[in-house]
Amino acid sequence: MGVEPGKAGPESAAPVRLAQSPAVRVGLSISIATGLYGVSFGALSVTSGLDFWQTMALSLLLFSGGSQFAFIGVVAGGGSGVAAMSAATLLGVRNGIYGMQLNALLQPRGWRRFAAAHVTIDESTATSTGQTDPAEQRRGFWTAGLGIFVLWNVFTAVGALAGSALGDPKQWGLDGAAVAAFLGLLWPRLKGREPVAIAVVCALATVLAVPFVPAGVPILVAAFVAALFGWFSHGRSDEGLEPDVDPYAEEHEAARRAGRGRGEAS
Amino acid sequence: MTLWLWLLLSCVLAYAWKLVGYLVPASLLRNPRMSRIAGTMTIGLLASLTVVNTSASGQALALDARLGALAAAAVALWLRAPFLVVVLAGAGAAAGLRLLGWS
Repeated sequence: MGVEPGKAGPESAAPVRLAQSPAVRVGLSISIATGLYGVSFGALSVTSGLDFWQTMALSLLLFSGGSQFAFIGVVAGGGSGVAAMSAATLLGVRNGIYGMQLNALLQPRGWRRFAAAHVTIDESTATSTGQTDPAEQRRGFWTAGLGIFVLWNVFTAVGALAGSALGDPKQWGLDGAAVAAFLGLLWPRLKGREPVAIAVVCALATVLAVPFVPAGVPILVAAFVAALFGWFSHGRSDEGLEPDVDPYAEEHEAARRAGRGRGEAS
Repeated sequence: MTLWLWLLLSCVLAYAWKLVGYLVPASLLRNPRMSRIAGTMTIGLLASLTVVNTSASGQALALDARLGALAAAAVALWLRAPFLVVVLAGAGAAAGLRLLGWS
């Protein structure tokens, strides 16, 4: 360290090295991809009955896509505030697991630890853990975390303003958009037979519960069923802990193709 | 006004979960069962939210244009479309089916 001018120190050399950092590039592209779908969150939130500032509060303060969609999804279905809070909070449990992984990996100190906690989400965790060099892991985490935070909030505002101008949300198929959004959040986590089985069982539990309990509660019934499944079964311990948008999609796709090629050859 | 209360409480709890991972000793949370439940619950909740938004209408079950949205989204995801395209496909299918008269 400190021999070559370009590598003099983390601060002085930052611009040169940031442009060359693979983690920063991945972090920026994931920020754009994830930030953009803040538009759909903003539009759906205002058509679910939340006002502009409630929508912004979710993106600024709660800042976890799945939990935000869960909150407005329960409200849109006529569920109570308690049910919406419970669904959002249960979906946030995995962020605690991410926090633990990132704490071991990045070891943030002082105020950085509190800032890091706020931007600990699927995508920032995946961007960071996809790198092997500790410095790259740190850059990937902060680039994705802060980049998504800024863009997600900007596009939430855009979506919320557009959504309030739309008029009848059903005419524009916005309830269909919500369905698609939830399936889109679920889809990347359905890798293998077991997660599919969990999803099917929980979907059935939901359908069975809908006529008998107040709106919003069927989702909590499904969460309970899923938790029992996790408690009593033994499988991958990172099941379901995948980002909505895979930061390393290209690499994973290439690896998948290479793996398949080898399989066919042998 | 009470919605604000639950909303802000959700924000506090969400941040609490995130912070717990940084503040609690790793040995406490490194329990594989804890991590597994976090994962299975994420899958279960998202599957449930998909179904509720597709077929629940209050406490009743309904088959309407939202089912078309689900199918369109599944096709888009199958074709590896990006998230925003998936959402637009869902909206387009629901809106189109309503234009055709299926509520």
